[in-house]
Amino acid sequence: MNILRANFWFHYAGPQAFYGLAGRLWPWFAALAAVLGVWGLWLGFMVAPADAQQGEGYRIIFVHVPASWMSMVIYLAMAFWSVLGLTFNTRLSGMMTRALAPTGAMFAFLSLWTGALWGKPMWGTWWVWDARLTSELILFFLYLGYIALTSAIDDQRRGDRAGALIAIVGAINVPIIYFSVKWWNTLHQGASVSLTKSPSMAQVMLWGMLLMALCFWLYTIALVLCRVRTTILQRESHTAWVQAIAQEAA
Amino acid sequence: MIWDSWTQFWAMGGYGIYVWGSMGVTIACMAIEVWQARLARKQLLTQLRAENEGNL
Amino acid sequence: MIWQAFWAVAQRDLLLAWRRKSEGLSAVFFFVVVAALFPLGIGPEMNVLRNIAPGVLWVGALLSSMLALQRLFEADYRDGTLEQMALSPVAMPLLVGAKMLAHWLVSGLPLVLLAPVLGLQFDLSGDALVTLTLALLLGTPILSLVGGVGAALTLGVRGGGVLLSLLVLPLFVPVLVFGAGAVEAQVSGLGVQAHLSILMAMLLPAVFFGPLASAFALRIALE
Repeated sequence: MNILRANFWFHYAGPQAFYGLAGRLWPWFAALAAVLGVWGLWLGFMVAPADAQQGEGYRIIFVHVPASWMSMVIYLAMAFWSVLGLTFNTRLSGMMTRALAPTGAMFAFLSLWTGALWGKPMWGTWWVWDARLTSELILFFLYLGYIALTSAIDDQRRGDRAGALIAIVGAINVPIIYFSVKWWNTLHQGASVSLTKSPSMAQVMLWGMLLMALCFWLYTIALVLCRVRTTILQRESHTAWVQAIAQEAA
Repeated sequence: MIWDSWTQFWAMGGYGIYVWGSMGVTIACMAIEVWQARLARKQLLTQLRAENEGNL
Repeated sequence: MIWQAFWAVAQRDLLLAWRRKSEGLSAVFFFVVVAALFPLGIGPEMNVLRNIAPGVLWVGALLSSMLALQRLFEADYRDGTLEQMALSPVAMPLLVGAKMLAHWLVSGLPLVLLAPVLGLQFDLSGDALVTLTLALLLGTPILSLVGGVGAALTLGVRGGGVLLSLLVLPLFVPVLVFGAGAVEAQVSGLGVQAHLSILMAMLLPAVFFGPLASAFALRIALE
C-alpha cells in the first residue's frame, strides 16, 4: 500500500474495480439513508412544534432545504468529476457525471416545486423573480442542458468531454445561488443556517432539517452508485467480466 | 405526540394540501428514480444475455 | 506573427460575411421585427410600452444573438478550416477570439446601433436610450464570447439549434438581468453605475475565458 504509486490512487478508476466497490458500498448508504430519513421525518412531523408565524405549513422546510442543498452539491460534484475526467482522461469520471445529472435535475425541480408550494400560502405567490429563485431555475436549465447535450452526442467519449465542459462552466452559478440571498435583499429569506453563527431556528427543527439533508445526500450516493454500475456494464459490455456477470444474472 | 388526532395530522393546520403536496411529490420522485434505475439495470442485463446467446 | 494571424482570421470572416450578406442581415432583421411587433401587439399605450421597452429590446437582442451563434463555427467546421486552425502554430484561442470579434461586428454591433432607433418606438427618454446603447455595447460581446462555447459544443450534433439555445440560455440570463436592469434603473432615477459595472465585470473574464473554453470545446468536437 505504497501511496506514492499511481495505481494506489487510480486503482478504483478502473471500471471493473469500481463496479465491485460500488456494489459493496451502495447497500450501506441506502440503509443509512433510510434510517436517517425515518428519524428526520419523525423529528420533523412528530416532535417539532408548530411555528409561531407559519403554523404547520413551515414543515415543507424538511424537504425544501435538503432538496435545494442537494441540487447545488450534486452540481458541484459533477463539476468535480468533470475536472478529474478532463485532467486524467479517466473513463469513469464521465460515467459518474452522467449518473449524477438526473438526480441533480430532480432535486432542482423539487426545490422549485416545494418552494412554490411553500411560497403560495406564506407569501401569497407561487413564484417571484428574485435572485435565488431565478438562479435555482437557471441551475435546473443547466442540468437539462447537460442531459440534452450528452444524450444528443452519439460518440460517448466526445459526449463525456463536452458535458464535462458545460458542467464546469455552469458551476459558477452555484455560488451565485448560495450568496444571492446575501447580495440581494429580495423575497426569499436570508440564511438561517451558517457555519459561523448559531442558527436562528429552534433546535428540533434544525436537527430534523439536517437529518433530512444527510438522508438526501446518502440517498443520492446510493442511487448514483447503482446507476453508474449499470453504465459501466453498458460501456464495458464487450469485456469478458461483463459477459460473465450477464450470464450469472440469468 | 404533538397531534391530538390523525385528522389534525393530515390537515396540517389548514396547510395540508401544500405540505402533503410537497412531501408526496418528493417521495414519488425518489421512488420513480429508484424504480427507473433498477429497471434500466434489468433491461441491460436481459439485453446483454440475449446478445451473448446470439454469439455462442 | 501572432497578431497578423489574428487580424487575418478576423478579416476573412468579415469578408465571408460580406459576401453572404443575407445571413448576417437575417439576425438583425429578426431583432427589428421583434422590436416592431411588440408595440403592434400590445397596443400604443405609451406608459405600458415604456415599461416593457428595456426587457423587449434586450430579449430581442438575445434571441437574435442565439440565432446568429449557429453560424459561428458551422461553415469552417464543414470545409475543414477549423482543423487547420487547430493545427496551426498560433494558439487556437487567439484564432477563435478573432472569429468571435468578427461575429460580434456582424451580428452584435448592428444591434447596438439599431437599438436607440428602435427604442424611440417605445418612447424611451434620451438618457434611457444612451444607457440602453451602452448596456448593449457591453452585453452583446458577452453573448458572442460565451455563446461561442455553446456553439462549439454543439457542432455537428443532432438538433443543434435548439440544443444550443438550451445550453446558452442559463449563461445569458445574468447578462439579460443586468442589461435590462440598467435601463430600468435609469428610467426610475436610480444610478446605472452598479449595473454597468457588473456588465463590465462579466465582460472582462468573458474576453479571457470565452475563447479559451471555446477552443477547448472545438478540440473536443474535432476529435
